[in-house]
Amino acid sequence: MTVHNLYIFDRNGICLHYSEWNRKKQAGISKEEEFKLMYGMLFSIRSFVSKMSPVDMKDGFLSFQTSKYKLHYYETPTGLKVVMNTDLGVGNIRDVLHQIYSYLYVDYVVKNPLCNLNETIQSELFRNKLDTFVRGLPFFSARAG
Amino acid sequence: SSELFTLTYGALVTQLCKDYENDEDVNKQLDKMGYNIGVRLVEDFLARSNVGRCHDFRETADVIAKVAFKMYLGITPSITNWSPAGDEFSLILENNPLVDFVELPDNHSSLIYSNLLCGVLRGALEMVQMAVDVKFVQDTLKGDGATEIRMKFIRRIEDNLPVGEE
Repeated sequence: MTVHNLYIFDRNGICLHYSEWNRKKQAGISKEEEFKLMYGMLFSIRSFVSKMSPVDMKDGFLSFQTSKYKLHYYETPTGLKVVMNTDLGVGNIRDVLHQIYSYLYVDYVVKNPLCNLNETIQSELFRNKLDTFVRGLPFFSARAG
Repeated sequence: SSELFTLTYGALVTQLCKDYENDEDVNKQLDKMGYNIGVRLVEDFLARSNVGRCHDFRETADVIAKVAFKMYLGITPSITNWSPAGDEFSLILENNPLVDFVELPDNHSSLIYSNLLCGVLRGALEMVQMAVDVKFVQDTLKGDGATEIRMKFIRRIEDNLPVGEE
């Protein structure tokens, strides 16, 4: 199993953070364009999922997978979005994405008054903690992919 | 204990009263500071409580009174005076921890001592897409029988696609 990369978006679609571990293929466009494309797709999926659902939903969009990878999505009521791509072997990781929100984003960004919200996260501390956390996940493996 | 907060807040209000000539400006500053706290506090609240999105204002009222006030101030205000439309209610604070050691002098009759709370509530709710009007309508510091915060739902803030997106 493996973790490919991670995006954190705010409620306005700004990419607050991007990290990459095992990504063999790049998008071939600039990162700014990639973030916009990613956010646009997520925005559309959210609206698609809520319109198409035949029953009332609690959580809405959770994940999708292709033949090669799986995209996991977690959104807080404040509109913060944590998006992680892994390989197909990874099951439901909602609690992991929630932990990234509550132990890392809230503790090292929200509680740091010098970190402006709504812009790219500059905090080295946050980056390091996040990297350590993801590398420590049971399904993180640098070899696989 | 929360005395540290109570006393720190008291010192803040005292300083603001020195810095600004009139109480209206102090009220405004307290509200503004509260707002800035609220927009961050809501993230801490959601991370710690794992409360999901509210579907109506009644649910919001319950979460504020029973979960949020409990978590941060150790009190549970009661919810009363619902408007018929369900878009307005009051929080009654039996004991407001912000005012534990306070006696308002006569020359500060228009000071809303705990106005920080209004800003906190407004800021936090704005982040979960609710524009809400929050104000004190009764205050024991001013001789009223109870402390009452009136909450009025104004509108839902829609999220929109960032500019330049199709």
